[in-house]
Amino acid sequence: MANITIDGKPYTVKDGITIIEAIDQARIPLPRYCYHPGLSIAGNCRICQVEVEKMPRTVIACNTRVAEGMVIHTQSSKAKESQRVVLEFLLANHPLDCPVCDQSGECKLQDYYMEVGLYDPMFDDMKVKKTKKAFPIGPNVMLDQERCILCTRCVRYADEVTQTHEFGVFNRGDHSELDVYPGKTWEGKYAGNVVDICPVGALTDRDFRFKMRVWYLGSQSSVCPGCSRGCNIEIHYEKSRPYHLKESRVMRLKPRENQAVNQWWMCDEGRYGYKSIDENRFRPVTDWKTTFEKVVTHLSAAVPERWAVLASPQNTNEELYLVKRIFKDALKWQQIAFKAPGQEGYADNFLLKADKNPNTSGASQILGLADGGDMTAIIERAKRGGLDGLFVFSHDLAKIFGNETLEVIRKNVKTIIFEGPNQNAISAVANIGLPAASYAEKDGTFTNFEGRVQRIRKALEPMVPSKPTWEILLELAGLLGLPLSYTRPEFIFNDLAKDDEVFRGLTYKAISAQGKMWNKNTVIPSPLKGINSVEGSS
Amino acid sequence: MEPILSRNFNVPNAWKLSVAESRGAYETARKTLTSMKPDEITQVVTAANLRGLGGAGFPTGKKWQFLPKETTKPIYLVVNADEGEPGTFKDRYILERDPHQMIEGIIISAFAIRSHKAYIYIRGEYVEPFRRLQSAVDEAYAKNFLGKNIFGSGWDLDLVVHRGAGAYICGEETALLNSLEGGKGFPRLKPPFPAIVGLFGCPTIINNVETLACVPPILKNGAEWFSKLGSPGNGGTHLFSVSGHVKKPGVYELPMGTLLREIIEKHAGGLRDGRKLKAVIPGGISAKILTANEIDVKMDYDGLKAAGTMLGSAGVIVMDDTTCMVGALYLACKFFAHESCGQCSPCREGTGWAFKIVKRIYEGQGSVKDLDTLLKIASNMEGRTICVFADAAAWPIQSYITKFRSEFEEYIGRNVKLEMQNVK
Repeated sequence: MANITIDGKPYTVKDGITIIEAIDQARIPLPRYCYHPGLSIAGNCRICQVEVEKMPRTVIACNTRVAEGMVIHTQSSKAKESQRVVLEFLLANHPLDCPVCDQSGECKLQDYYMEVGLYDPMFDDMKVKKTKKAFPIGPNVMLDQERCILCTRCVRYADEVTQTHEFGVFNRGDHSELDVYPGKTWEGKYAGNVVDICPVGALTDRDFRFKMRVWYLGSQSSVCPGCSRGCNIEIHYEKSRPYHLKESRVMRLKPRENQAVNQWWMCDEGRYGYKSIDENRFRPVTDWKTTFEKVVTHLSAAVPERWAVLASPQNTNEELYLVKRIFKDALKWQQIAFKAPGQEGYADNFLLKADKNPNTSGASQILGLADGGDMTAIIERAKRGGLDGLFVFSHDLAKIFGNETLEVIRKNVKTIIFEGPNQNAISAVANIGLPAASYAEKDGTFTNFEGRVQRIRKALEPMVPSKPTWEILLELAGLLGLPLSYTRPEFIFNDLAKDDEVFRGLTYKAISAQGKMWNKNTVIPSPLKGINSVEGSS
Repeated sequence: MEPILSRNFNVPNAWKLSVAESRGAYETARKTLTSMKPDEITQVVTAANLRGLGGAGFPTGKKWQFLPKETTKPIYLVVNADEGEPGTFKDRYILERDPHQMIEGIIISAFAIRSHKAYIYIRGEYVEPFRRLQSAVDEAYAKNFLGKNIFGSGWDLDLVVHRGAGAYICGEETALLNSLEGGKGFPRLKPPFPAIVGLFGCPTIINNVETLACVPPILKNGAEWFSKLGSPGNGGTHLFSVSGHVKKPGVYELPMGTLLREIIEKHAGGLRDGRKLKAVIPGGISAKILTANEIDVKMDYDGLKAAGTMLGSAGVIVMDDTTCMVGALYLACKFFAHESCGQCSPCREGTGWAFKIVKRIYEGQGSVKDLDTLLKIASNMEGRTICVFADAAAWPIQSYITKFRSEFEEYIGRNVKLEMQNVK
C-alpha cells in the first residue's frame, strides 16, 4: 500500500496503480479522453494532466504510477493550466457543429470546456477538412472524422475486446483520420459499444441519431432481459415530450458498469432489443374487472389434472413466486413447465448466452423444476385433447412448436388464457387475454445464469391497458380468496427469501445496484476476457 | 588530430571488405571477442565517456547497464540509421564510405550486451548508403564476421538491414521499434523503457550509427585515450555536418568541445565573400538558433546546453545576412507540421496550427498579435507529449521569434503580398 495525498487529502492506495486509478477511487473528477479502464493505456490525449510535487512538469495521470508519499494536485493552477491548453489544442480543429451534433449534451469536449476550458480561443485560421462526415461504417455506427479527437478508444476496443481489428488511424499529423480499414465494415455482435466509449460525436448510433436530444432523456437502471447473463443497463426514455415521437417512449439502452457481469459492455442484440417495450404490444380492449372475474371462474372450476400452466422465465422472481403460490400450492396444479424446448440462440464466451431468457435460474429454483418442466409433454397432451385449459405466460407456442400444433391445440383445448406484454400467435387466439407490463414498466428481480440476483426498475408507466404480472397475479389471488397481499414487489421478495433458502438473507437493499449472488453454488466467476480470447493468453 | 571516424572516408572503395580489412577492419572485434568478457567491454565504454551521438547524448555504457541482469528473453541491438534531422548527414558518410567500422562496432556491442540479433533501421531515402551497407553486411557474412561462431569465439550474431519508409518520427527510438515491428511509427509511452521492454517486447538497446562506429577505436586504444580526446564528460570526436552559407560545407570530424566559431571560420572556410553571419543552428533543425554574437560556444552537450540550445545531431546550419528569418521559420514549421505523427493532441494540432500562422505571416497576412500566439502555442506544446517531437517543434518558433523579433515585426509591417505580386 502507498500513502499519497490528492488535493490535500490523504489516501492509502494499492501499490503500483496509476494516479488516475487512485483519483477515480477517491471519486475526484479529472478530465480524460483516451483513458478507459477497460482498455490499454494510450496516453495520447494528454488532458489528464496533474501536478505532482517534486516533478518539474505536469504529468499525465493515466500513465504515471503512484509512489509512497506522492503529493498530487488536480486543481492547482499548474494542473488546470495544463488541462486547459491541451483542451484548446483538441478543440482547435474541432468543427463548431454542436447545434447539429447528436453527441451534444453528452459530449466530453463540451463538458470539459465548461469545467477546465472557458478560455478566449486563439485559433484564427481555417480548420482542417477531413473526408468522411456522416459516413456509415457499419449497420449501427456512423462516423464523423472531423469530430474525432483521435483518442483511439475505438481502435483499442476493436483490438483488445472484440479482437477484430477494424479501426485504424490513417495519415499523419493534423491530417490523421480515424477510419475502418479498407474493405472492412464495423459490425459484429458488440459493435454498439464504440458509441458509448467514444467521448465525442465521432461515432454515433445510427439507431438513436436525431431521435432526441439527450437532455430530454430520463434514465433508469435495469437489467437486460435479452439473455441469461443479465447485463446491467440504463434505460433511456423520453420523460417530457410525449408528443415528440408518437408512442415510442424508450429511446435507447446503454450498458451500466458491473465488473462481475458485463464490465462496461453489452451486445447489440440486447442494445437494440428495447423496441419490444413500445412496439407490437398486446393491447386488447380490456375491462379488467370482468376479465379477472372470467379468469377466476375458470380457475376455481378447473380440475387440476386437466389444466396446465406454462410459466415464463421472462418474468421476475417475485412473479414466479406468485405463480408457485397460486398454481402449485393453492390450486394444486401438477402440470407446470417454463422452459421452451429448442430455443437456444447464439452464444459466445464473452457476454452472449444461448439461453435467451433473463430468469431461467430463478424459475428453476422457485418452481422447483431443475429441468424447466416438460413443456413438450404438456403440449402433446393438449394436442390429444387431454387438457381443458392452458394458462400461458408470454410463450409464443407457434414459434416453439409450429403453427399447426397451435391450431390443433386451439381445437382441442377449451380454454386458453394468455398473459404477456407482446402480441404473438397465441395472444390472437386465446379465450382470455391479460395484457402484461414489459420489464421496463415494473420492479422486480432476475436471477442470471450464475445465480446473481439483480434488480430491474420501473422506468415507465405500464402501457394502457397493461398491468405488471405481479399485480395481475395478486388480483387473481385475491379473487380466489388466497391470503396473498402485497403492495410492492419488494415485499413479495421478502417472503420469497423467507420461504426459499437459496434466496435467504437477500433483500432489495442487499441486492443494490450491482446484484448479489444467491446462496447456491456461489462460485466467483472468472473475469471476462475478449471474445476470442484463449485461456492463458493475455 | 588523427581522424578516428572519418579515417577511411577518402579511401577509395573503403566500403568493400578487402579494402577495409587492409585498413585494419575487424581486428579489434576479433581480439575483443576472443579475449574479453562482455562486462569488461561495457566497463571500457563507460569509462570512455562515450555519449550517444544520435542527438540525446545519453551515456552509452550507462544505457547498456539498464538491461535486466537476468532474462529469459532474447536481447536485441537496434542500430538507429534513420538519419532524418534536417541539416544532418554524418551517418550517411559512415554508411556510405565506411560501413565496416560500424558493423565491427555492432559485433563488439552485441557481444557486450549479450545480443544474438541486431537490426539496422536505415532511412528509406538513403538508397546508395543502403546498397553499400547491405553489400558490406553480405561480405561480412561471407567471411563469417557475422553469423555462427564469429572469429571462433562461439558467439553467434545475425544482422538484418531494414529500410524505413520515410517518416522523420521513426528516428525516435520507440517509434523506430514500432516501425521495425511492422506497426505505425508512433512513439511509445515510457516507462517502460526499451532496455526493459523493447523490440517485440524484449530487452533492447538502440544506438546511433556514429556511436557504434566509435566502439572499435575505443576498444583498440583504450578508454582513457578516447575520453581525453573530448572535453570532460564528453568523450571522443564528433562528426559535424556543416551546411548553409559557408564556403566549404561538409562533414568534419573534430573533437567534442571545438568552438562553433572555429568550425565555421576555420574548418568550413568561413562565409562567402562579402556576407555577414546572421544566425547558426548548432544541432539540426530542432535546436534553438544562435545569433552571430553567440557562436563562441563549445560544441559539446554541456557547452551548448549552457548556451540555451543543444548539440543534437551536430548538424550545423549556417545562415548569412541574406537569410529571411520568417522564411526560415516557415520551412521549419512546415517540416514539423508534415512530420508530426499525430498521436498526441498538443503536437498533432499545435504543429499544424503554428504552420498555418507562420504561413499566413510569410504570405503577408500576419499581424504582430500572431507572434504572441505562436509563442503561446509553442510553450503550450512543450513538455506535454509522449516524445520530444513537440519540444523540437516548439524550440525553433521560440528562438527565431524571440531572437529576431524586430525582423518579424518589420516583415509583418511590410506589404509583402504586394511585393510578391510585383516579383511575379
